[in-house]
Amino acid sequence: MKKLICAVIAVLLIVGLFGLSFLGESNTDVDVIDEQYYKNDYTGIELNVFNWGEYISDGSEGALDVIGAFERKTGIKVNYTTFDSNESMYAKLKSGSVSYDIIIPSDYMIDRMRKEGMLKEIDYSKVPNYKLIDEKYHAQYFDPEDKYTVPYSVGMVGLIYNKKMVKEEPDSWGAMWDERYKGNILTFNNSRDAFAIAQFYLGLDVNSTDKSDWDKAAAKLKEQNPILQGRVMDEVFNKMQAGNAAMAPYYAGDYLTMADINPDLGFVYPKEGTNIFIDSMCIPSNSKNYEAAMMFINFMLEPEVALANAEYICYASPNTAVVDHPDYSLAGNEFLYPENQDAIKTEYYKDLDDETRKYFEKLWEEVIIN
Amino acid sequence: MNKTKSGQVVLNAPYLLWSAIFIVVPLLFVVYYAFTTANGSFTFNNIINFFTNEQYMTVFWRSMLYAVWATVISLVIAYPFSYCMSKVNASSQRMLMLLVMLPMLMNLVVRTYSWQQILEKNGLVNTLLESIGLEPIQFLGNAGVIIFGMVYNYLPFMILPIYSSISKVDKSLLEASNDLGCNTFGTIQKVILPLSIPGVLSGITMVFVPCVSTFYISRQFSDGNIKMIGDVIEDKFYRSSVPDYNIGATISLVLMLIILISLAVVNKFSDDDDQTGGVVI
Repeated sequence: MKKLICAVIAVLLIVGLFGLSFLGESNTDVDVIDEQYYKNDYTGIELNVFNWGEYISDGSEGALDVIGAFERKTGIKVNYTTFDSNESMYAKLKSGSVSYDIIIPSDYMIDRMRKEGMLKEIDYSKVPNYKLIDEKYHAQYFDPEDKYTVPYSVGMVGLIYNKKMVKEEPDSWGAMWDERYKGNILTFNNSRDAFAIAQFYLGLDVNSTDKSDWDKAAAKLKEQNPILQGRVMDEVFNKMQAGNAAMAPYYAGDYLTMADINPDLGFVYPKEGTNIFIDSMCIPSNSKNYEAAMMFINFMLEPEVALANAEYICYASPNTAVVDHPDYSLAGNEFLYPENQDAIKTEYYKDLDDETRKYFEKLWEEVIIN
Repeated sequence: MNKTKSGQVVLNAPYLLWSAIFIVVPLLFVVYYAFTTANGSFTFNNIINFFTNEQYMTVFWRSMLYAVWATVISLVIAYPFSYCMSKVNASSQRMLMLLVMLPMLMNLVVRTYSWQQILEKNGLVNTLLESIGLEPIQFLGNAGVIIFGMVYNYLPFMILPIYSSISKVDKSLLEASNDLGCNTFGTIQKVILPLSIPGVLSGITMVFVPCVSTFYISRQFSDGNIKMIGDVIEDKFYRSSVPDYNIGATISLVLMLIILISLAVVNKFSDDDDQTGGVVI
């Protein structure tokens, strides 16, 4: 009987959730800088957008429905699909079975795609809002001449810890090897990110192609095995929010989401350095709607749109119109926009050659299977 | 005669087409990838690599061991349960059947995830333990919890075929057994047990097969610490920064062969295929 009641409650909850999601009217009203720019007649065109999951303001909870607003303003139909790793996005594009007009991959993957000729140059004169991008995000290593990319979002990995379980504020990745927290330490369930922590801690280059460097990092990770609670990705939200683990490395923006629910959580950028990433909008070389794609990119840079996206995804924005916006709730946030930004050592992942990747994936298997 | 035949062909065509496209073709893909290198040339190396790799072998034997345990435990729970279920009156039988089936109406992922939350460090069970003054227990990450998760998820597949074969045992046989001086235990041992073997065997296959290829349950119940063979296949195709379809397909192929072999072994034991409760897989 108890199970029956539980099931009935579960069903009611699900039905209730659906009801609620239909109640909220989505907001597609947006003011743009230059109304005239969107006046071209693109009616009937379809744009294929390929983005990370949960990576655009989708109109939930009264926020701006960015895709809806774009469709309403331009008459272009947007087919929006999502991926959950750079690698799966790359594999799909490489297979050639689909064509996309806009993709938003991370730095190292952009570097690889650029070198393989998979990206089309952007005509920045058609993207007038590009001027809003902060100078310091220009000419990054993955696009040294600013030809292919428009930065969308910036994030950094840090160490999230539970102040009730971790007495003194950790300042080093070494905390993740501290016996006192045995059974309470989480790490990434993803080879590159997990290796990077050991590499930072040991002072090794995260982009090393020297096999002995990877051997050292793997040995360090094996050392961590007995005191680890587990390897997680998005499960980290529940774990940290409920106080089921003492510490976990994750992204600053996601920490803000967790800290909203569990105020006992703290966050530090360890002194040895950490990973930084920039996700940028690009146009694949097989795009069929080049002009409309640039219009979409321009629309994503509109202050109101970029603001809605920045609020939704909680990562740092490279858009000056967002950072200076009076309504931006995360403006000057100490974790997203740390004052001592320059004092924090950061490293981008670079695209590694096939041999190195195969080598560290093999080591990773030895670390995780025991 | 001819007419019926062509009619049959037409009627069968959609199913044949369906099986060809969604069963045979994917299987051929698996076989193709298992016996080729990344460049597409023929090789046996994938198979050799699999059987000589220490990690893969660890995971392989672990999966077999856990699946055997889960199957045995399911059987031990399911048989008495099914027997008792077949003894109560019809409305209670329907109620019990509903209770067995109810969890299956929820998605496996949701059920497993809920249990993970219940068994967490600060989960429901540990909160209860602490409130009565006991030490909290670290459930997640133990082999036992993973086996529990498999038993929990697949127990209905053991109960249903056993129940259906027990409840279809002819009542007159039981009366005859009583008349001839058998007590309840004797009846169970000499009449019910032999007649319910087909149900037991199909229950065993229906639990063992999904258990040996489990992946989500082990990840959730061990926080990603204890890998099973399904997890490794998932990693190969999906998580690795250098996806390796060839070795992934090889592992899948080996797993399929194991399942086929175990099915064949189980079928050897069931000499009478016409018995009720047998399920053709």
